[in-house]
Amino acid sequence: MAKFPKPEELSNIDFAPPRKGWMDLPVEFKPGMFCHGSKPKSLEAVGFPNPRDWKPADADWKLPENWKEIIIEGIAERLRKYRSFRLFMDICVRCGACADKCHFFIGTGDPKNMPVLRAELIRSVYRKEFTTAGKILGKMAGARELTLDVLKEWWYYFYQCTECRRCSVFCPYGIDQAEITIIGRELLNLLGLNIEWIAGPVANCYMKGNHLGLEPHTIVGNLEYMLDDIETITGKRIKPTFNRKGAEILFVTPSGDLFADPGTYTAMGYMMLFEELGLDYTWSTYASEGGNFGFFTSNEMAKRLNAKLYAEAKRLGVKYIIGGECGHMWRVIHQYMDTWQGPADFLEVPKSPITGTVFENARSTKMIHIAEFTADLIKNNKLKLDAKRNDHLKVTWHDSCNTARGMGILEEPRYILRNVVNNFFEMPEDTIREKTFCCGSGSGLNASEDTDLRMKGGLPRANAVKFVHDRHGVNMLANICAIDRATLPPLMDYWVPGVKVAGLHELVANALVMKGEKERTTDLRGEPLPGLEQKEEKAS
Amino acid sequence: MRVLVSFIAVLLLVVIAYAGVEAANLRFLFGVIIPYAAFIIFVGGMIVRVLKWGSSPVPFRIPTTCGQEKSLPWIKQDKLENPSGLLGVIGRMALEVLFFRSLFRNLKTQLSDGPRLAYGEAKWLWLAGMAFHWSFLIVLIRHLRFFTEKVLVPIQMIEGLDSFLQVGAPLLYLTDLVLLAAVFYLFLRRIGIPQMRYLSLINDYFPLFLIFGIALTGVLMRYFTKTDIVSVKVLAMGLVSFKPAIPEGIGVLFYIHLFLLSALLAYFPMSKLVHLGGVFLSPTRNLANNNRMKRHVNPWNYPVHVHTYQEYEDDFREKMKGAGIPVEKE
Repeated sequence: MAKFPKPEELSNIDFAPPRKGWMDLPVEFKPGMFCHGSKPKSLEAVGFPNPRDWKPADADWKLPENWKEIIIEGIAERLRKYRSFRLFMDICVRCGACADKCHFFIGTGDPKNMPVLRAELIRSVYRKEFTTAGKILGKMAGARELTLDVLKEWWYYFYQCTECRRCSVFCPYGIDQAEITIIGRELLNLLGLNIEWIAGPVANCYMKGNHLGLEPHTIVGNLEYMLDDIETITGKRIKPTFNRKGAEILFVTPSGDLFADPGTYTAMGYMMLFEELGLDYTWSTYASEGGNFGFFTSNEMAKRLNAKLYAEAKRLGVKYIIGGECGHMWRVIHQYMDTWQGPADFLEVPKSPITGTVFENARSTKMIHIAEFTADLIKNNKLKLDAKRNDHLKVTWHDSCNTARGMGILEEPRYILRNVVNNFFEMPEDTIREKTFCCGSGSGLNASEDTDLRMKGGLPRANAVKFVHDRHGVNMLANICAIDRATLPPLMDYWVPGVKVAGLHELVANALVMKGEKERTTDLRGEPLPGLEQKEEKAS
Repeated sequence: MRVLVSFIAVLLLVVIAYAGVEAANLRFLFGVIIPYAAFIIFVGGMIVRVLKWGSSPVPFRIPTTCGQEKSLPWIKQDKLENPSGLLGVIGRMALEVLFFRSLFRNLKTQLSDGPRLAYGEAKWLWLAGMAFHWSFLIVLIRHLRFFTEKVLVPIQMIEGLDSFLQVGAPLLYLTDLVLLAAVFYLFLRRIGIPQMRYLSLINDYFPLFLIFGIALTGVLMRYFTKTDIVSVKVLAMGLVSFKPAIPEGIGVLFYIHLFLLSALLAYFPMSKLVHLGGVFLSPTRNLANNNRMKRHVNPWNYPVHVHTYQEYEDDFREKMKGAGIPVEKE
């Protein structure tokens, strides 16, 4: 990080487009702006084509002889399969409304990061190969040949899109660059052109049940550490169960919550809440991943990884599933899972055993979001909450892209937040809810080698946090996404030092008054509670 | 360059029509055959385009949600921005198609020192888009007066409203002005904003010039040169009653107007202008966000390879037992 540019330098962005037209400007692989290429063993684990050692910056990508044919046939197949793709190839008028809505364009000024141009990268080839005008008129009709340079450009820019859908909110035809990126990445994967930060977790998730490759005993061990901490803080020993048949509920969360802070504090929060309710639930070490890096690879891979959720629910004989805090996990569960794996007729319509509320909104998929579950508990007065325990925090709320624009879970977390913290300040309205900004590292781009890209793409989010930090002294950025919990802390350290990051249920558990707990002196992070700082000092 | 090519292309169309009518006297070709052909290409082309779109299924229900979902009964759902049923979807689509709802959201992002990002109102594109599409539609409807013996009452009413300023002779239609101004603005925006200029293709400039040409020749005929309206109506009536005839006395300007329109019609189905039909089919807008309530079926869903629990247990049985996790096979 020694040579890493300072914020003042990084935010000095040149928005002037190059003199040369974009079709003739070959891609330049700038260090810090892209991830390592996929390793052969990661592709082999899931049977993906063309496993080999390769480096994106190398001239030779070691592609199969007929790579062009594979891509063109791949496009044809996807035009037949997806109306979205066919339509989005045809109807864009290039009005440019999407251009300055993309966090990567705002943070880099690179015109190929305007969603419209990102789409044109593939659209130009579509015109050349699949439209009469493009075949005859070529460049005059906005068409161009698929060359190795074009392929490299696709790779560079489809891994500079986090599939956040913000552009789609502003598009008059609802053209969704996420959909185009998803299909673009599928095409690249036909040639083994993934990034290792996605391919590795996919292989892990396939073989070991979760992205991080946590083996069953490690999951239990990690949770034990958290349970020790919970005991220290509350005096209560919690005993969760794993792979338990006959439990009422299967609980699935992104594995990031089991691995590193601040996600682990969120996991502690889940367990404390469930303990307090006496909920009949189980963890699974097999279905130990709610997130789905397959979704950043191909539709088929996403389905292959997602299959274990229903399979495990069926094997254990649970009634329904509760899902933890995660962004893209919820886009997949909400918009894809039932279609891929349903109907889930072996499960029951989710009904809260505490309040009796039937979750009609999940009557087919039979999986509810923990924020829906907790909001219902609070509304029905089932939790004893002491928001003062969070008084050392001034909190703002980051809507995660996928839950905001691929689901619409906006009010539930805010309702919970208002009940568990006393100091809650919203960021400017054009940066929250459906207009929320991505953390800059979603869709599998949260590696370390692309830190430049992440800090640039995260600028709009960070800048909105800075606004409430400067104005209200906000020091905590709360969210419901595991990738956010992993990627926002370095983003905050870079752009807005002094702001920490927390999952919603960490804050819930801070405020949750548990039966028979000892008087708490610290929050889940071991930091002294407000009013008790002096006691701490005296004691020490 | 791309601007120039587009401009020259439209100019060339004008020259072709002029030469064809004035020099070669191909009035039947330009007045009857080409318009018929263009119309057939337009209708046939649009049908093919829509059928093509329709032939690809919608495998997943992927609305872009722009408001609160339907969840617990006490949480207020945003029924228009995040509809969960048919009525909401119809409402959302109506707002989108008639009033360009999403474009109305447009913002201008500005970065200043600090760094500080600010988001300002940016309604000009929306306004120009609305002005352009609505005035074009009204102009088109007004032209129906040429295709019926008696001018229909609704058309008379629209004409009345459109000329309410009561200035000029013949009376000035407001939409003529608005259409020209809007097209001109959309053009200026494309060449004036560096990013817009960078991303614009001939595919973007050509239709702008073409439509401007159509509107301009129309305006010239109505307000500045004498056009034999009666003869034009005879020609139009001939076309719609399939008894085409070329009456005497129609000036070349009319043929240019008609030829440019024919070019637009023929160009339509193979251009970005198909957004006219496509906007209705966009799966991020025309589907209800009721995914977890009602299962969406993918017609090409197929079985995939998975790593089963049994395989997983085989891999980790001893470690699981060691950690006290129940197993199926001892």
